[in-house]
Amino acid sequence: MVELKITNLSASVDGKKILKGVDLTVKGGEIHALMGPNGAGKSTLGNVLVGHPDYKIEGGSIVLDNIDLTNKTPEERARAGLFLAFQSPIAIPGVKISSFLRTAYKQLHPEDKTTVTQFFDNVKKHLKKVGLDESFLSRSVNDGFSGGERKRFEILQMAILRPKIVILDEIDSGLDVDALKLVADEIIEYASSEVGFLIVTHYQRILKNIDPNFVHVLVNGKIAKEGDKNLALQIEEKGYDWIRS
Amino acid sequence: MEVQVENKEEEIERLLDGLKNSKSSDWEFRDTYNPIYSTGKGLNKAVVEEISEIKKEPDWMRRFRLKALEVFQSKPMPNWGPDLSGIDWENTNYYNKPDERKANNWEDVPDQIKQTFEKLGIPEMEQKYLAGSVAQYESEGVYHSLKKVWEDKGVVFMDLDSAVKNHPDLVKEYFCKAVPMTDNKFAALNGAVWSGGSFLYVPKGVHIDMPLQTYFRMNNESTGQFEHTIVVGDEGSSVHYIEGCTAPRWDKDSLHSAIVEIYAHKNSNVRYTSVQNWSKSVYNMPTKRAWVDENAKMEWVGGSLGSKVTMIYPSSYLRGPHATTSNLNISLAGPGTVKDTGAKAIHMAPYTSSKIIAKSISIEDGKAIYRGLLRMNKGAVNSRSRVQCDALLINDESQSYTYPHDEIYEPSGTFSHEATVGKIGTEELTYLRSRGLSEDEASSMIVLGFLDDVMREIPMEFAIEMNRLVKLEMGKLGAVG
Repeated sequence: MVELKITNLSASVDGKKILKGVDLTVKGGEIHALMGPNGAGKSTLGNVLVGHPDYKIEGGSIVLDNIDLTNKTPEERARAGLFLAFQSPIAIPGVKISSFLRTAYKQLHPEDKTTVTQFFDNVKKHLKKVGLDESFLSRSVNDGFSGGERKRFEILQMAILRPKIVILDEIDSGLDVDALKLVADEIIEYASSEVGFLIVTHYQRILKNIDPNFVHVLVNGKIAKEGDKNLALQIEEKGYDWIRS
Repeated sequence: MEVQVENKEEEIERLLDGLKNSKSSDWEFRDTYNPIYSTGKGLNKAVVEEISEIKKEPDWMRRFRLKALEVFQSKPMPNWGPDLSGIDWENTNYYNKPDERKANNWEDVPDQIKQTFEKLGIPEMEQKYLAGSVAQYESEGVYHSLKKVWEDKGVVFMDLDSAVKNHPDLVKEYFCKAVPMTDNKFAALNGAVWSGGSFLYVPKGVHIDMPLQTYFRMNNESTGQFEHTIVVGDEGSSVHYIEGCTAPRWDKDSLHSAIVEIYAHKNSNVRYTSVQNWSKSVYNMPTKRAWVDENAKMEWVGGSLGSKVTMIYPSSYLRGPHATTSNLNISLAGPGTVKDTGAKAIHMAPYTSSKIIAKSISIEDGKAIYRGLLRMNKGAVNSRSRVQCDALLINDESQSYTYPHDEIYEPSGTFSHEATVGKIGTEELTYLRSRGLSEDEASSMIVLGFLDDVMREIPMEFAIEMNRLVKLEMGKLGAVG
């Protein structure tokens, strides 16, 4: 049973404390939405979970399937099954998407015996689903991508690399309505397996396409309110001020 | 097109898997072979005459050598560029003769030397990918072969010493024309003591579709290797010539000072690729120059990976209208080493064009310098040039410098310079690591990505080798940042 357990997590960046004791549990098969106003620490949580070296964990723990990831490197976390779709994925010129995907896949699934041909057949299938052309494979990672292409590529990686826990940081920004639909469909399809989702979003736009089981509101580095999808609707109507006060 | 992508990926994966077992220092191994003849340490008139005598050379060559020695002795050391004070002229051995024979098949090469080249994968490579091959050990070529189909078409490919004997007129026509021995101190030194190197002549209209290769191996410490290579693409021909070089690592420094002359005649297409992986006890000071005639195309592709100090600036003299040249170079300045590399393009005729792409990587205190010359003579109307220098610094103490020099005397000429300096950033590393790659793998992937536009121009077997060397260098570093 997949379970990501975040307990009393606090973290700082550049000496400034951003997360101040976050408790959150995401199980396989569940979709959680993490909402909150600007500056609440939403993206920080994503970066802390992925193990970004600029973010320092001050206390608490991150445990995935009984493996303590709190002090683990980004690659160890990835190999444990954690995946973050970055808010602004960085360009890496000259690193071809085809070899990047294949290398990452082999790291994450070392025992898998899929041949190169089978692997790329699967990649092409998913490229189509997220609305990208096959020629995409010979481009460089995020290099010269439009905002929308970056987001589609993050979702493509999710589908190919098959993590256990998926964190989506503002996946809906930069996507037009049609692209959002494609991306949401790919997420929904993947969510049907034993995978846990944490959808980090400022607005509830993507939540119109994807029904969350749980909604958490992060304010000033702590979970201030929790509920079901109705909470997201309330936030759309009333904003965040009523939770803050 | 997609099928092609897959096949290439599959091929690369297969080759990389095959290389996994190779050890980090497998080209730095030493063997115990002793030369059958050596001039001993030091350089003077007697040594030069001795070399000429051993080679039973014609008189014109003996006189040429003695003249070159005078020039060498009279010329000062360069007063610019890297520190060369470590070159120990007195204690260098200028000529080592490995064996009496020059074999045409590997069976006739002395066992130990043969084993050395087998370890380096040369005979296997020859069989699979090459139209012909020359192998030089210390001062002399010990092996040369050319597939019969090319021999029948009049192609000549052998070590230069053999060519002086077998094709004296052809050699005389080209020897030291593009690179006069008075060019610089190291060219003069080469003139005095040159030995080995290759002579390749491709007759008019002959297109050789597989590369020809020369592999240079130095084995003993405190030695000098002074080969002289001449490549001639006659009118309308095409050829790809490749050089590879390695040496074991010694405590005492060695000197490699070669001359490479290339003649791309009208409408010909000559590509010269060199992958240099000398050990970090070698001073590498070659002079390389091409004459490019009307509508001919000269391509330089270089991978400068090893050595202690390298100074190399392959030059193209664009002598006829519509002559073109490109120069793609990768320099890896590892810890404690200096790469002073670059290119020269001399536009001497109308509608000539040059393209220079130089990529350097500096690791730890490694120092990478781009030094280039672009000249457009008056009358070279409507000529074009583009120079791009990209540097990647791996550590905080890594260094990179760019010294472009332009002399534009033709107002209709157009040229551009671009230069970038980058570092491997935390964001890039974190992104790749978050997809399961270790820090080493992530940094070599970024480095190889940085090199990609040049790597694509290199034959796959060399790209794989380069790939492996970059990974090894990055792996040795441990944590990067």
